[in-house]
Amino acid sequence: MTNLAREAPAQNGPAAPAEERSVTVGPRVDILETEGEFLVVADMPGVKPGDVDIRFEKGELSVHGRRPATREYDPTNYHRVFRVAETVAADRITAELKVGVLTVHLPKVEAVKPKRIAVTG
Amino acid sequence: MFQTRRHPFGALWTEFNQVQDEFAKWLSRAGTPATAPQLTVWEDEHAVYAEADLPGVDPAQLEVTVTEGNQLTVAGERNPPEVAGAVWLRQERPFGKFTRVVGLPALVDADRVEAKYTDGVLRLTLPKHEAAKPRKIVVKGE
Repeated sequence: MTNLAREAPAQNGPAAPAEERSVTVGPRVDILETEGEFLVVADMPGVKPGDVDIRFEKGELSVHGRRPATREYDPTNYHRVFRVAETVAADRITAELKVGVLTVHLPKVEAVKPKRIAVTG
Repeated sequence: MFQTRRHPFGALWTEFNQVQDEFAKWLSRAGTPATAPQLTVWEDEHAVYAEADLPGVDPAQLEVTVTEGNQLTVAGERNPPEVAGAVWLRQERPFGKFTRVVGLPALVDADRVEAKYTDGVLRLTLPKHEAAKPRKIVVKGE
């Protein structure tokens, strides 16, 4: 699992010294959709808000979080990449990290939102 | 409570590391969601330490108990994301009640256990009971 996940582009996260030992895992993720936005919720225990890197480029969302080493573990990189087919308003993406859970809000562009069409008689 | 799309992994959201995804299913404790958080336990001469990844848990819903001097129980509950009118496209994060009981390698002083919950990680320091601490025996010469 570790080696496969490493295939993800290395520049997508806070840079780690090449010689440093670390493991990369794909965090567990929930994805929800409401009328106005997509929500990506990822478990990233041990990661602080300053150590998260979220990118959205050409319809690809990448989330990366870096967990520092502890007494028992090497540093851990949480990393996952998704391709988003529907149009997302890239400039309005927001994210928050609370008690080890990352939530990314991806608002839909207006054209994708359902619209009620008034019928005139 | 929630609707789920019939083809949640369809065209809307595709993931690059699909092989990794399959591995994750194999390796994860997907069969017992939320019931058994992994605990790491280690010790030094003064204390036993335990750590568990419990992201997204309300600390008020975490219960840590020590019984019989060396039985550690970590219990709690994790709630699913509450989003009005939301449809699930993918659901991997477990939620619900969980309990984990482990036997500690030494008797500990239950009155002095320290528990901290930061960034979704529970860290316990369980000072060893006096009787469990190593004693240096002075060897007397004649």
